[in-house]
Amino acid sequence: MNGPDYLSQKAGKLQTAMGGFFPGSHVVFRGQTLHTDLKDMDWMALYLYGICGRRFSDAEMQLMNALWTYTSYPDARIWNNRVAALSGSARSTGNLGLAAALSISEAHIYGRGNEVQAISFFIATRKRLDTGGNLADCLQDEMKTHRRIAGYGRPLINADERIAPIMAKATALGLDQGRHIQLAFAIERHLLDSGRNLRMNYGAVVSAFGADLELSPEEFYLFMFPSFLAGMPPCFLEARHGVEGSLFPLSCTDIAYQGVGPRRW
Amino acid sequence: MQTISTQIWHEEAEPGNPFAAQVARCRGYDVYGEMLGRARWSDMLFLLFSGQRPTTAQAELLESLAVALANPGPRDASVHAAMCGGIGGSTSASCLTAALAIGAGLNGGGREVFLAMENWQLCACDLSRWAIRLAEKPSDVASIWPAAEHPAGFDAHAISTGLPVCQTLAVLAACSPGQRLAWLDAHRLQLEALSGHPLAFSGVAAAALADLDLTPEQGEMLYLLLRLPGAAAHALEQKQISHKSFPFFSLELIDDTNGEKS
Repeated sequence: MNGPDYLSQKAGKLQTAMGGFFPGSHVVFRGQTLHTDLKDMDWMALYLYGICGRRFSDAEMQLMNALWTYTSYPDARIWNNRVAALSGSARSTGNLGLAAALSISEAHIYGRGNEVQAISFFIATRKRLDTGGNLADCLQDEMKTHRRIAGYGRPLINADERIAPIMAKATALGLDQGRHIQLAFAIERHLLDSGRNLRMNYGAVVSAFGADLELSPEEFYLFMFPSFLAGMPPCFLEARHGVEGSLFPLSCTDIAYQGVGPRRW
Repeated sequence: MQTISTQIWHEEAEPGNPFAAQVARCRGYDVYGEMLGRARWSDMLFLLFSGQRPTTAQAELLESLAVALANPGPRDASVHAAMCGGIGGSTSASCLTAALAIGAGLNGGGREVFLAMENWQLCACDLSRWAIRLAEKPSDVASIWPAAEHPAGFDAHAISTGLPVCQTLAVLAACSPGQRLAWLDAHRLQLEALSGHPLAFSGVAAAALADLDLTPEQGEMLYLLLRLPGAAAHALEQKQISHKSFPFFSLELIDDTNGEKS
């Protein structure tokens, strides 16, 4: 498929099944017309429809909404939020700051990098267990591949205040018995029973629910992209309207230099 | 007191103002008191990344690499992205952000250079190791990055090695203090046969960055940085041109009912 002949076929046009804009007329969004077929659709439902090409039940939508809501922390100390806040303090633009803060959220120890490994592990492990595998082997293999079990343990504190409210919401919606969320808890029990003090974190819970909602790792990754967003504008705004350059000021003594001593150029 | 640790930068405060620096040292060198006026841009880059002042040969290699990478040109996806910012009057930072984001990928971008540099770490200048490596299936380990669709450092679509790629390789190999560029120049045809693809700029850049003894992480970062000047210039140029002169392309809706899955 590669090569200049293939590129020539693709040049100058957009061939797509996803949709398009017909100026002055209409917009097609994955086979539906945006301003008629989808005009009453909730924004999050549309976002998911754009990713998955399918619609979710009201209960599923409420759960997914809660997954985002319960991780919306307006705390400018948190690394990704701090980027949004620093953009306000530095008098950059809101779009630049928020976009950078969302980019930063694709991290290894939290956010997308953590979740994409977690959902992939849950899906693969569920399949292995269904075909006779055992959990200890799955965990050992995952440790060998990634040197961690994504979704277990937490950078700042080994407990996660989001889990209980998410589970309460899932229970109220009748969505707490999915096979992957049950697996997520079974893994936590296994880790604790084997002497590893690694409690489940938000990444594991949301990833397990993503798998239970039959999202692929790629679909789930895209779904989670705005998950931290709601906490960011407050961080930006407060810094934006504070004294410029006054957020987290660092004096020379706040920098611990550990390099070579003075030398001549 | 919580502090930020660094081995790179040390500042001495001005008397009476701990938030202003009187002296700033980079890796021990007085930046404004001694380096400025004597050091070149490439000296500073190398010092920041490697912790050492470059030798003459290292500085020359980095200078030449920077010239070769400075402008991928408007056909490149990263520059195209920057121009999309310029044509609509977006902020300068967003144009560069767009160039960085799109120029970060596995097709000619920073991640491809990272993977190619990992290959240099694994294979060094040993053709038998390269043969094994290039025959391996790409990693399917769960990651935010998609799986590689062609061998890192080689061109997914070219049918022969581009003249600029060959010219760059020849010039860089001639001035490099390392062995990899010269070995790549000497074994290019064998490697291309093994990979099934012609060598790409990313492959030459990876060898050059490896010859500078940089890690894959450092090489990825520097490659991202060195390709920004062209993106900036092209974005600025498009800001001066009517959007009617910028392609919008035609639309072919393949199947307007197939988007929704049951």
